[in-house]
Amino acid sequence: MEVEILARIQFAFTIAFHYIYPPLSIGLGLIMVIMEGMYIRTRNKEYETLARFWTKIFALTFGLGVATGIVMEFEFGTNWATYSRFVGDVFGSALAAEGIFAFALESGFLGVLIFGWNRVKPWVHMVSTVGVFLGSMFSAVWIVVANSWQQTPTGYHIVGEGLNARAEITDFWEMVFNPSSVDRIIHVWQGAFLAGAFLVLSVHAYYLIRGRYVEISTKAFKIALGVATVFSLTQLVSGHRSAVVVAEHQPAKLAAMEGHFDASAPADMYVFGWVDKEKQKVIGLRIPRGLSFLLHYDFEAPVTGLNAFPLEDRPGQVNAVFQFYHIMVAIGMFLIALTLFASFQWWRGRLFTYRWLLWIFVFSVLLPQIANQAGWFAAEMGRQPWVVYGLLRTSDALSKSVTANQVLFSLILFTLIYTLLLALFLYLLNKKIKHGPYDEAKEDGRPLQEEIADAVIGKS
Amino acid sequence: MATIFGLDYPTLWFLVVGGLFSGYAILDGFDFGAGAWHLFFRKEESRRIALNAVGPVWDGNEVWLVIGGGALFAGFPVMYATLFSAMYVPFMLFLVFIIFRAVSIEFRSKEPMKWWRATWDVAYSISSIMLAFLLGVVLGNVLQGMPIDHEYEYAGGPFFEFLNPYALMVGVTTLALMMTHGAIYLLLKTEGRLYTKLTLLLRSGIIFFVVSFSITTLYTLIYIPHLSDNFQEDPALFIVPVLVFLSIANIPRLAHKRKYSQAFLFSSITISLLLILVAIELYPNLLLSTLDPQNTITIYNAASSEKSLGIMLTITAIGGPMILVYMFFVYRTFKGKVKLDDTSY
Repeated sequence: MEVEILARIQFAFTIAFHYIYPPLSIGLGLIMVIMEGMYIRTRNKEYETLARFWTKIFALTFGLGVATGIVMEFEFGTNWATYSRFVGDVFGSALAAEGIFAFALESGFLGVLIFGWNRVKPWVHMVSTVGVFLGSMFSAVWIVVANSWQQTPTGYHIVGEGLNARAEITDFWEMVFNPSSVDRIIHVWQGAFLAGAFLVLSVHAYYLIRGRYVEISTKAFKIALGVATVFSLTQLVSGHRSAVVVAEHQPAKLAAMEGHFDASAPADMYVFGWVDKEKQKVIGLRIPRGLSFLLHYDFEAPVTGLNAFPLEDRPGQVNAVFQFYHIMVAIGMFLIALTLFASFQWWRGRLFTYRWLLWIFVFSVLLPQIANQAGWFAAEMGRQPWVVYGLLRTSDALSKSVTANQVLFSLILFTLIYTLLLALFLYLLNKKIKHGPYDEAKEDGRPLQEEIADAVIGKS
Repeated sequence: MATIFGLDYPTLWFLVVGGLFSGYAILDGFDFGAGAWHLFFRKEESRRIALNAVGPVWDGNEVWLVIGGGALFAGFPVMYATLFSAMYVPFMLFLVFIIFRAVSIEFRSKEPMKWWRATWDVAYSISSIMLAFLLGVVLGNVLQGMPIDHEYEYAGGPFFEFLNPYALMVGVTTLALMMTHGAIYLLLKTEGRLYTKLTLLLRSGIIFFVVSFSITTLYTLIYIPHLSDNFQEDPALFIVPVLVFLSIANIPRLAHKRKYSQAFLFSSITISLLLILVAIELYPNLLLSTLDPQNTITIYNAASSEKSLGIMLTITAIGGPMILVYMFFVYRTFKGKVKLDDTSY
């Protein structure tokens, strides 16, 4: 196989695997902050137990996130040398800011968050938890800024020509606030909150069904349900705003998302469908002229279609972009329905009476994960054939000195390791969940965290 | 060209990158060193204590790699692209081992079975050894120079060219230095029989380092004379190698007196001084082309624009002190000997 396709598969595979973990860390971070805040406010030991329990699971996701995250940074240099030379000047400041402001904050406080329960006062621990959570949010900001710049580049100029051309930054804030970054950052944050909230919902729904840890599980479930309801609704807004930005700045991507071929005509919207690229048709359930309305609030407004672009400037995998996009949207809609229904039952005081509803929550943990992945696949495949939209083609971005065999070798290596990692992650996650938040037999005699910490601090 | 304190931006950024790399080498260096000794500890409790000595800090230390790599990418994209694509295999192996190290620490103590823990212990130790070694190997290749063509692309063989005698020597020396450094760190964190054992291991570590360092130095002077050019031009720089030797000599002296905090200070200083030595040897080059001196990558032809470097210097000036503050806070929280509790690995 060619270097290009191997390098793309490798990058897609390693980043997709990585992206299982950071959203969980961000989302769990938010929930841990709420739990610990409740503990400090109420002095109720149950909240402390919950916060400690989820910290342990957080540690697992965070560790894997760090370990799999360095891979992409290295891959920029190893597999995508031309890309690195091209974007280095612009990305430099975003990545530097990510490392210095965000990642360092996150990893610095992580030690205290995980190992410091018995060593510091509750408020110091709370500060660490908030520090880690904010750090992970900032991390997302800078990474999404860099990616958004690849989608809608601004604040740069091109220096040099042909293969030696590179982008140089002209205005830092214009680069940071490029047209797509703000909406996409919010979209990514909320996707992460949902991933974390649904993991908490899943685990505690499982306990409730099994009749274990009922008291604390109802508390945790309500916290997570609140988070999930709010953000699945607001996600609709940020999703819509992102789509409008795509329509304006990356029309070829939007056209691929809805399988719209006519160069300039009112466009339909599909609930689901299948794109026939040869016949330039979509077979499926459609809302006539729905896309035109959604973008311009006018059923007759023309939308730029794929035929407006020369063949070499269109995304290659139109059907894949279409499907990924529609999977994401469908899941988003389902999550809104599910969380609204559950919240309604909560308001009626009947939330925990329906076993089938709890079972749905047990399995729903996969949905935000799938939606997050599908959304990114749609965004990245929809940007093709460009790696930096309109400026640098993916096929030109490779390392010239790297051979197909080298990439194949590393791809095989990563496949083996990541398979092992995923198996271990699921095994340990399952074990932690089975073990539960505390040893039921010993629970009553356990002192509050504050007392333990005071004793330790007093001694040293 | 804009300057601060008489230094132009590429030079300043060269210093920032150098500072970050030496921060990384000092911090993850003791993690690697501690991990390299891991299989020398036979008892379960000793291994858990050794693991928990690095437990709360290893992943904060790894951040320095992310930041250091990012700084190189940001400031010298040409160097980053060429170096990483040229050293494809060692960097990929580095990634594999850094993942394995993280996973071993994370998973080892999660199951009580003997075979489970023994397997992760081996994985942890081998990963730590290989990480230290591979860092040295890449450094060795950079010091020697590489076949770089006129477009700054690597023109050497794809798979095994990175394994040459000099690179191997630098690799072994790096490992030895980090093992010495790691043993001292563990001495600060342990007590009882493990502590006694470590005093003996440290002695072997120091001998290992001194021997490999001497051989590598000799080889450098005889076979890679271009690295001495800057010293010949400015004899005042000779102070640096002198300081390196004094600093190294201090380690066994302080170890003998059991003043391990000071010994740790000097093993850290040694690492910094050695990297300063490397920086002087290279400056203003980053990667010498063995094909044609015209193709050599320097801090000037590899650098990002002045505008970009200016922004990054500002970010560093604001963020750098913040990092130091919370690092101080974390290390203070976990100072003293390791005590296992319910949050430990």
